[in-house]
Amino acid sequence: MSDPSTEMLARMYYTMGLIRDFENKAAELFTRGILAKGGVHSSVGQEAVATGVGLSLRGDDWISSTHRGHGHHLAKGADPRRLMAELLAKDAGYCRGRGGSMHVAAFEIGSLGAYAMVGEGVPIAVGAALAEKMKGTDRVAVPFLGDGALGQGVVHESFNLASVWRLPVVFAVERNGIAVSTRCDQMVAPSTRLAELAQAYGLRYYGVDGQDVLAVHDAAGRAVAAARSGQGPALLDCRTYRFEGHYASEPQVYRRREEIDEMRRTQDPIAHFEAYLLDSGLFSTADLEALRRRSAEVVEDAAEFAQTSPEPDPSTYAEYVYA
Amino acid sequence: MHKATYKEAIREGLAEEMRRDSSVFLLGEDIGLHGGAFGLTKGLFAEFGPERVRDTPISESIIAGAALGSAVAGLRPVAEMMFGDFSAIAYDQIVNAAAKARFQFGGQCKAPMVVRMPVGALSWKSAGVVHCQSVDNWYVQVPGLKVVLPSTPYDAKGLLKSAIRDDNPVIFLEHKALYEYQDEVPDEDYVVPLGVADVKRRGSTCTAVTSGKMVHFALKAALELAKEGIELEVIDIRTLKPLDEETIFASVRKTHHAVVIHEGHRTGGLAADWGMRIYTGCLDWLDARIGWVAAHDVPIPYNDGLEKKVLPQPADILAAVRETCGAA
Ligand SMILES: Cc1ncc(C[n+]2csc(CCOP(=O)(O)OP(=O)(O)O)c2C)c(N)n1
Repeated sequence: MSDPSTEMLARMYYTMGLIRDFENKAAELFTRGILAKGGVHSSVGQEAVATGVGLSLRGDDWISSTHRGHGHHLAKGADPRRLMAELLAKDAGYCRGRGGSMHVAAFEIGSLGAYAMVGEGVPIAVGAALAEKMKGTDRVAVPFLGDGALGQGVVHESFNLASVWRLPVVFAVERNGIAVSTRCDQMVAPSTRLAELAQAYGLRYYGVDGQDVLAVHDAAGRAVAAARSGQGPALLDCRTYRFEGHYASEPQVYRRREEIDEMRRTQDPIAHFEAYLLDSGLFSTADLEALRRRSAEVVEDAAEFAQTSPEPDPSTYAEYVYA
Repeated sequence: MHKATYKEAIREGLAEEMRRDSSVFLLGEDIGLHGGAFGLTKGLFAEFGPERVRDTPISESIIAGAALGSAVAGLRPVAEMMFGDFSAIAYDQIVNAAAKARFQFGGQCKAPMVVRMPVGALSWKSAGVVHCQSVDNWYVQVPGLKVVLPSTPYDAKGLLKSAIRDDNPVIFLEHKALYEYQDEVPDEDYVVPLGVADVKRRGSTCTAVTSGKMVHFALKAALELAKEGIELEVIDIRTLKPLDEETIFASVRKTHHAVVIHEGHRTGGLAADWGMRIYTGCLDWLDARIGWVAAHDVPIPYNDGLEKKVLPQPADILAAVRETCGAA
C-alpha cells in the first residue's frame, strides 16, 4: 500500500478525535441522566481500529457493528447529529428512536446495523457479501466483532461459510482482551492465537497493533483490496484496549485502576498518532489543535441538536413492523 | 421475617440451595466476581468459589447445553441468561434437547436444571428491542418445561427453591422492573410449590388474571376501581406452566367477570390462552365478554413514549376492567 496522503492523515486524526469526543459526550449525557436509556458502551481507547478500518472502505462497502458501535458508524461516515439523536431516542435519529445506541443502522452509509446480541451482526455481513458476490459487484463487507464474540457458535459458522464460499468479507476483530468483566483468554481458547484460527478456517490473516491507526489502515486496506479482487475472506486481528468500563459508569471491580491508568498513559491511540504527525513535520501543533477543535464543535452541535429535537410521535408506534 | 428485595430474595434462595445441596452449581456470563449483569450472584463467588459459580464464555447455546448435560449426569445446574432475550441463542438446547430429554428417551433420564433469566421492560431505562422482551410466550408452548415468573420477593425465593429441587427443566423468569421491590421474607426455610397461583387481592366484582410486573399494575388499578365500586380480585399466576386453572376458575365463578393481562405480545400469547381456558371452563358463569390486555404485536421500541404505546399500561387495565364490568 502506498503511504496515506496528508489529507488522509488529517482525516484519520480528525475521525479519532470525533469518536473520542462523541463517546465522552454520550457518557456525560448518560451520567447526567439526559440519556437515561439503557447502556452506552464507550469505544474510547479503540478509536484507531474503527478509524483505520472505516477509512480503508469505500462509501458503498458494508459494515456490521456491535453494542460498542458508535465509532464504527462515525468512521464509516455517519452524521453525528443523527447518531446522537438516535442515542437520545429522538425522531431525527437514524432509526427514528426505535433502535438506540446498540441497534443503530445507517444503510445509506453502508451500515447494516449494530447488533446488541453478541456476534449477531457477523453472519449478516457474510450474507451481504454473498449478495454482492452474486450480484457481481465488488463491494466488500466488514463485520466488526469483539474477542468475546468468538464464544458464539454463529461467529465460527460465519468464518466457515465465508471461507468455503470465498466471500468478500474482512472480519475485523477488536481484541481488547475483555468482555464485560471476563478476560477473554479465560473464556476463548484461541483468543491470543487468531493466526492459527484463521489458518484453520482458510482466512487470510492480518495481525496489527490496534492502537496504531496507520498499521490498522494499512492492514485493513490490504485485506479489503484482496477481498475486493476475489481473493477471499480475511481476519483482521487488532490488539486494542478498552479505556472505560463496559458501559458508562460501570464500576470495573475486575481490573485494577493502575492497569487502566498505565494503558491510558502508554497506549493512547490519539496521543501516539499525534506524536507521529508532529514528528513527520507535515502538521503543526496548531493544525492538530484545529482538527480537535472542529471535532469538539461537531459533537457539541450534535448533542445540542439531539437534545432539542422532538420525540417520535407516539401514535406512530406500529410503523415499520411490516413492509 | 426480614426485609429483602426481589433480587436479594433470589440470591438468598440460590445461596441456601447451594449450601443445602452440593450438586447445585451456577453457570453464566460474568456471574463470578462481577456478580452478574444485575448483581444477582454478588457474594456467591466469594462463598462458593469458581468451581460452583462458573463464568462462562458468551455462548448461550453451550450454557444451556452444558447445563443439560450436567443435569442428566447427576448435578443440579442453575444457568443464568444475562437477558431473557439472549436465550434465543440457547433456544434449541432448551426447547429441543432439555424439554424432551426425559420424554424422547422413554424416561431413562431426568433433567433437573433451572435457567434463570431477566425479562420485561424497564420503561425509562429500557435498552430496546433485544433487552426488554417478555419471553414467557416462547417457553410456555413447550411440553416438558415448567415456567415460573414471580412478582414478589417471597414468591421469588420460594419458587426458586422449588425450581431447583424440581426434577424437570424450569425456566425461571425474573422481571427486571421488580428487582428492587422490597417486602417481607421468612427467615426459615420455605418453598412455594410450582403450579399454584396466588390471589394477591380479594375482590368480588371482577377477576384479573395476570403475572409479573402486571400484577402490580393490576393492584394499582384495583385501588382506583375500588373508588368506583368495582372490587378487583387479582390472581398472580406465578407458575405460567403448569397452569393452576382451579384458582382461576374458582375466582371467575365467584366474580362472573374476567380480564386477562399479560406483558407479552398479543398473538399466540398467554393472555389469549388464559382467556380461552376461562371461556371453556367458566362460560356458564360469565356475565360479560372477557377483557384482553396484552402488548401490541410490535417489537419493544427504544423510545420511551413509543414503548408505553406498545406495552400494557395501568390505564389499559382500568379501561378493560371498566368495559367488562359495564362501567365504561
Ligand atoms: C448474545 C449475548 N450475550 C450476552 C450479551 C451481554 N454482553 C453485552 S456486551 C458483552 C461482552 C462482549 O464482549 P466483546 O465481544 O469482546 O466486545 P467488547 O464489549 O469487548 O467490545 C456481553 C457479554 C449480549 N449482548 N448478547
